[in-house]
Amino acid sequence: MITIDPVRDIRLAREFMATPIGHHSPDLQRLLRQFRGEPVKGKYALLTVRPNREWMLIELSGEKGVPFTVHADQRFFSMAEAERAVFRMRWKRYTGHDLVLDEANA
Amino acid sequence: MKTLAGYTDRISVAPGERIRFMVSREGGEAVYRARIVRLISGEDHPGGPGLIERPVPSPIDGAYPARHQPIHVGGCAVVPPGRDLDRLTSFTVQAMVWPTTPGRGRQTILGTWNAATARGFALELDEAGALALRLDGATVGTGVPLLPRAWYLVAASYDGRSGAVRLTQQPLLRHAHIDDGAVVKGRMAKGWTPDKGAPYLMAAHGGAGARPREGHFNGKIARPRLANRALSEAQVRAANNYRPPAALKGAWVGAWDFALETPTTRVLDVSGRRRHGTLINLPTRAMIGPTWQGLHVAHDWPSDPEGHDAIHFHDDDLYDAGWQTDFTLTVPKDWPSGVYAARLENGHDAEHVVFFVRARKGKTKARAVFLASTATYMAYANFRIMNTREKYEAFQGSLLVAGPEDVFLNDHPEYGDSTYGLHSDGSGVSITSRLRPIVNMRPNTPLWAFAGDMYVIAWADALGYELDVITDEDLHREGLRALAPYHVVLTGCHPEYTSGAMWDALETFTHRGGRLMYLGGNGFYWRVAYHLDLPGVMEVRRAEDGTRAWAAEPGQYTMSFTGEYGGMWRRQERAPNRLVGIGFTAQGFDKGSYYMRAAASEDPRVAFIVQGVGRDDRIGDFGNAGGGAAGQELDRFEPLLGSPPHALVVATSVDHTDYMLIVNEELIGLHAMIGGTENPNVRADMTFFELPGGGAVFSTGSISWPSSLPTNNFDNNVARITKNVLDRFLDPKPFG
Repeated sequence: MITIDPVRDIRLAREFMATPIGHHSPDLQRLLRQFRGEPVKGKYALLTVRPNREWMLIELSGEKGVPFTVHADQRFFSMAEAERAVFRMRWKRYTGHDLVLDEANA
Repeated sequence: MKTLAGYTDRISVAPGERIRFMVSREGGEAVYRARIVRLISGEDHPGGPGLIERPVPSPIDGAYPARHQPIHVGGCAVVPPGRDLDRLTSFTVQAMVWPTTPGRGRQTILGTWNAATARGFALELDEAGALALRLDGATVGTGVPLLPRAWYLVAASYDGRSGAVRLTQQPLLRHAHIDDGAVVKGRMAKGWTPDKGAPYLMAAHGGAGARPREGHFNGKIARPRLANRALSEAQVRAANNYRPPAALKGAWVGAWDFALETPTTRVLDVSGRRRHGTLINLPTRAMIGPTWQGLHVAHDWPSDPEGHDAIHFHDDDLYDAGWQTDFTLTVPKDWPSGVYAARLENGHDAEHVVFFVRARKGKTKARAVFLASTATYMAYANFRIMNTREKYEAFQGSLLVAGPEDVFLNDHPEYGDSTYGLHSDGSGVSITSRLRPIVNMRPNTPLWAFAGDMYVIAWADALGYELDVITDEDLHREGLRALAPYHVVLTGCHPEYTSGAMWDALETFTHRGGRLMYLGGNGFYWRVAYHLDLPGVMEVRRAEDGTRAWAAEPGQYTMSFTGEYGGMWRRQERAPNRLVGIGFTAQGFDKGSYYMRAAASEDPRVAFIVQGVGRDDRIGDFGNAGGGAAGQELDRFEPLLGSPPHALVVATSVDHTDYMLIVNEELIGLHAMIGGTENPNVRADMTFFELPGGGAVFSTGSISWPSSLPTNNFDNNVARITKNVLDRFLDPKPFG
């Protein structure tokens, strides 16, 4: 299994932030498969607030009948914005570090 | 938030016919308002016309009391009450069982026990998953849990004169170090007498309160027998033969053979006592039984009934919710054919109960008809995969988006799952009904089914085409007759599920001069069966190959409703390529891409298709489904699978990402070149061919195609090509 190194892999985070939806390098794809393959319980997802215009963050429960956890304060107005935000949260979950992108060294 | 749910008794209705609406309140105010709307589009999207619903005044307009109507799930069989049961003071009850959730609560296998009265007998699995006999309030058990997914002979006998009880739990297969068999002798009260008028149930017991039944058993049952005396151990074993022995003839209350009348809901008593039973909520029939052997006998139940003599019961089986009618509409004679909905509101999000209105027989002037993919809508009915499958987001290649329907479904497991789901015991859902609310056959749902299809309706409306609507069910029931008034059939974005009758009708239509516009992807993929007698229910077996949400188990590839082999059409020498020139090749849900014209687009035979589209123009690099017309699921031209040799590939999609993956039936051995940047078969081939009778087929090969129609107010090259084709297809001049 791959491990995600917050220093070595920062270039993948930069790549994702530049193009959250679209062509990705093989290394970024592999990292995203880890992020996206996390268990259903607690998996980040979106809930439509206004169709195709506004979404809020939820966490799935992984079990029929058990409600989703709704983060009504975290709203997004584009899918790209939501993908970036969830990437940051998963980066923190996996590496234990906030994602800090120093644009000067990008 | 959804607070109302509803369904109709029929999905397709003609002017002058009646349709009933059943509604339940799951929240919100105690009164709801209902009116009928004609749906023109299916999605609120900044890149389109928005959700267009035109009010259509009708006598049902008004306010109604919003009442909760429950759904009682769980499969079982019921043998009606009778004097034989009323007089049963000694008995033996036995069956072969293959439990799937032993240890998950008390589960009744067979008996008359009723939770409301705590009276009767039941052969059951207790809380720990061990066999037990319940007699009124008392139990005797083996204390030895059964293993899941293993066959056992289970039996209990009770002698009323002595109170002697014997329990038999005999595994078919023995394992070293595991002792899961038991014979237990005990004693219960003497002189037990039954309550009069109790039915005999299989896979459940009578319920308390409002629930008609509870204690549902998960797993397979075969060869259930009920004798009117305490049989010996040897007699129990003899009675377990597929054909119950003649020597025990006088002992039977009933001996049922689940292999008979498989396509029906009847379970037949073969003892001669004629104590036939009825299945509730369509548990899965034609399941392999304890003696099936794949090695030497047939894999299909019509050839080997004895091997397929089990029924798989699930505690979440569901056929007909059975709700009371809220209102009935007689469709006025002057309503045009189209997509309609009862719009229901009680203070929260409006619910749309969708139905389809056909043209009046013999009265339509339209020459084109939209074939609403109701088989697809039923297959995906109450699709709830996102909250159950760990790899679903990785499969999609993008964040999962839940709509209000997903929240509602998650809050209400009793509304049942789709044929992509699993029953609570992990077995695949192979039967789906529309006699329950289908909360994702609604506006503002994902663009790979109903909402995507609505862009074809919206486009035809915007351009002023007369376009009638029929459904898959109409086509299945009536065959070619359903298409008789029309020159052109337009499909939706995802006509994935096809019965034999539907396939034959479409193929004959095109061979007799008809024109078919296949405006989607992943079409004509799974073979399905509609029930021969019961309305509104469909079966699919995820057999053998293909992209499957679950895999049918060996010996269970043949559909119980009809005896037809299930699974992919491709595995039955009817790959979709034969019908529409192309077949399923790739899927990915991160973004859409676009097409470029192919060399064959310069052939004069297809000049009418590309008229107005430049040789190097990007076709469909826009749209509401991920920004491109080539997306979600793609089909390609493949002569080896039956694409006609004279078919022309007009355009091919390009520039797919690595989240667009080749489908697994294309890989007979694994390798890593499966994504859009490496695998040349990851593409959509827009294809055209003529038929000898003057007919023609045009196929786009992408689910996302219709969702690109509305861009720039329906003025774009996807809309242009679609219009070019429809205009020529409406022209009766034969293709040669």
